[in-house]
Amino acid sequence: MKLAIGPLLYYWNREALLDFYGMVAASNADIVYLGEVVCSRRRGPRFEEWLALARELRAAGKEVVLSGQALIESEAELRALRRLAANGEFAVEANDASALALLADRTGFVAGPHINVYNGETLDWVAGLGAKRWVPPLELGREALRALQQTRPRGMQTEVFAWGRLPLAFSARCFTARHYDLPRDDCRFRCLDHPDGLLLATREDEPFLNLNGTQTQSARVHDLSAAIDELREIGVDILRLSPQSSHMGEIISAFRALADATADADETRRRLDAARQTGACNGYWYDKPGMEYHADG
Amino acid sequence: MSKPRIVALPYSIILIAAPSPAVKKPELVCPAGSLPALKTAFDHGADCVYAGLRDDTNARNFAGLNFDEAAAREGLRYAHAAGGKVLLAINTFPQPGGAKRWQRAVDFAADIGIDAVILADAGLMRYCAERHPSLRLHLSVQASATTYEAINFYRRRFGVSRAVLPRVLSLSQVEHVVRNAGTEIEVFGFGSLCVMVEGRCALSSYVTGESPNTRGACSPAKAVRWEQHPDALDVRLNGVLLDRYARDESAGYPTLCKGRFSVNDETYYAIEEPSSLNVLELLPDLMRIGVAAIKIEGRQRSPAYVADVTRVWRGAIDACARDASRFAVQPGWTNALARVSEGRQHTLGAYHRSWK
Repeated sequence: MKLAIGPLLYYWNREALLDFYGMVAASNADIVYLGEVVCSRRRGPRFEEWLALARELRAAGKEVVLSGQALIESEAELRALRRLAANGEFAVEANDASALALLADRTGFVAGPHINVYNGETLDWVAGLGAKRWVPPLELGREALRALQQTRPRGMQTEVFAWGRLPLAFSARCFTARHYDLPRDDCRFRCLDHPDGLLLATREDEPFLNLNGTQTQSARVHDLSAAIDELREIGVDILRLSPQSSHMGEIISAFRALADATADADETRRRLDAARQTGACNGYWYDKPGMEYHADG
Repeated sequence: MSKPRIVALPYSIILIAAPSPAVKKPELVCPAGSLPALKTAFDHGADCVYAGLRDDTNARNFAGLNFDEAAAREGLRYAHAAGGKVLLAINTFPQPGGAKRWQRAVDFAADIGIDAVILADAGLMRYCAERHPSLRLHLSVQASATTYEAINFYRRRFGVSRAVLPRVLSLSQVEHVVRNAGTEIEVFGFGSLCVMVEGRCALSSYVTGESPNTRGACSPAKAVRWEQHPDALDVRLNGVLLDRYARDESAGYPTLCKGRFSVNDETYYAIEEPSSLNVLELLPDLMRIGVAAIKIEGRQRSPAYVADVTRVWRGAIDACARDASRFAVQPGWTNALARVSEGRQHTLGAYHRSWK
C-alpha cells in the first residue's frame, strides 16, 4: 500500500509550509497532494509557486497531485479551478462538481473525498469521466467499501483517509472569523493563528469539533492504524495521511512500518498515540458514528 | 423596458413612462410531508409541492412522514386537478448494491406521471436519463452544485432542467448563476437553515451514524435525550451535550449545528443560531434576477405550518408580481412566519454577505 500526504487543510505561514514539504520530500511518502481546498481568501502559495513546489517534490521521487477547492462560490474561484484543470503537468484532484465539469474526459484525475461516490453505479460513472483514482466519502464504512472493491472499474485506484481530523462539512460562513466577531470578508486571516484549527468543546468541556475557517472538522483524529490488515485485504491501494503541524514525520514512518509490516504493531501504535494531538476515532470504518473508537473492529 | 410614449400637448411635450413589462412569476414550491399537507398547500396557492416516499430514498426520512404509493397517486391527482405539479424527491445516495430500490422509485415516479423527480446521485441520474429520457429531472440541493459550471455539466450529461441551489450563495452570486446556467434555478426562500453546504455534511453521522446522505436524516430523534436538572434542561445527541437551557430559555429541536458550544472559554452559538431563513424582503430582487422557483423548507412540519406559510408566500409573490417597485413586506406576513419559525427569528442567511 502506498502512502499519500493529503492536501494541507490549514493555513500556515510560508516558512512552516516549506519546512513541512521539505520533510515530506525526504520522507517515504509516495504521493503528495498540494493546493488550497478550504478558502480562497488565504494568501498561501500562488499557482506558480504550487507548481514549483510540485516539481521539487517530483524531483524528490514523489507523485504529485494538485487539489481543487471543495466549495466553489465565485467566478474567481472558477477561474482558479480552470487554471488547475488545464495545468497539463500534474494530475488534479476534484473536490467539487465544478471540477468534474472541467476535468471530464481528460484522463487521470482523482475523485476526492468531497465528491459523492457512494455506490458502484456512480463509481462507474466517475471512471467513465476519466477518474483514475477515488477517495471514498469519509462516512463510507468497510462493508460498503468491500462491496465496491469487488466491482471496481479496471485500473481504478482506491485511496482511504487513514489519519487526521475528519473534514466533515463546508460552509459559506467562516467559523474562525465568527469566533473573533469578524465578517468573512474582513477576517484578518485569523486562521493563521491556528495551525491545527480551533477546538470546539461542548458545555461540559468535551472536545467535539474543530473549526478550520469555513471547514468544520472532527476534534478527534480519525486513525485507521489498527485496521491496516483489513485495508490491505480489501485491496486498498493508498492510505491518506492528513497533515498536522507537529509529529508528521513520525506519523508517516509509523504508517510505513505498519503498511510494510516491518515493525511491531503495538509499539508503532504507541508511537502514533504520542503523535496524535487529541483523542482517536475510527467509527466510520466500522459503520458506527464517526466519533467512536472501536478497538477490536 | 419599452419605449416611452410621447404625448404632444399645446405648448408642452410630456414623456410618459411605459408600464414595466410583466415580470415572470417564480413558482411557489411547497413542502408536502403528507397527503393532508399536500392538499393544504394547493388549497392555499402553491404552484408545486415536493414530496418523498416512505423510506430512505429521500432526505427527510422520518417516521410517520411521506407517501406510500397510493397516497402518491392521490396526491398527484389532487395536484393536477388544482392545476399544480408534484416533484418527487429521490435525493439520497444509494448504498452499494442498493441502487435497485432507488431505480424502482424513479420507475414508479415515471409510471404515475409525476411532474419531475429531484435527484442527487450521479449513478441514479444516469439511470433516469437513460431509462426515462422524457421524465423531467431536477437537480437536488443534495447534489451540492453551487456554480453554473457544475449545473451545466449535469444538464449536458443528464438533461437536468432545473437546479436547486445550496444556501451558500450571496444574492449577487445567485444572479451570476442564473445568468450563466442553462437550466431553471430554484432557490430556498423560507424555513430551517442548513449552515453547511447541503449534500456534503457529515456532522450528523459523526455523532449518530446517520446523515442526510446515508440515511436521509440529520440529528435523528432516536438519538436525542432530554435531561431535566434543577436549574437547567440538557439536550444530548447520542450522548454529546448540544445545549443547556436555563429556566427562562425555550428549547427547540436539537439540530447539532445549532447548539451552544465552548471555543476558547466563550460559550455561544459557535456554528449557527436557531433561526429560519426568510427572504421575503428580497423577492423583488429574486424576481428581477429571474429565479424560476422559490422553495419553502419544511416537509417535517405540520399541515398547519404549510397552510400558514403558503398563504403568506402566495400573497407576497402575487403582490410583488403586480408591482415590484411598490412591494413592501407586510407586518402580517412577518408575524405569521415568525410564529412558525425556528428560534422565532429570521435571517437572510448567505444571501446577505455579512452573514458569512
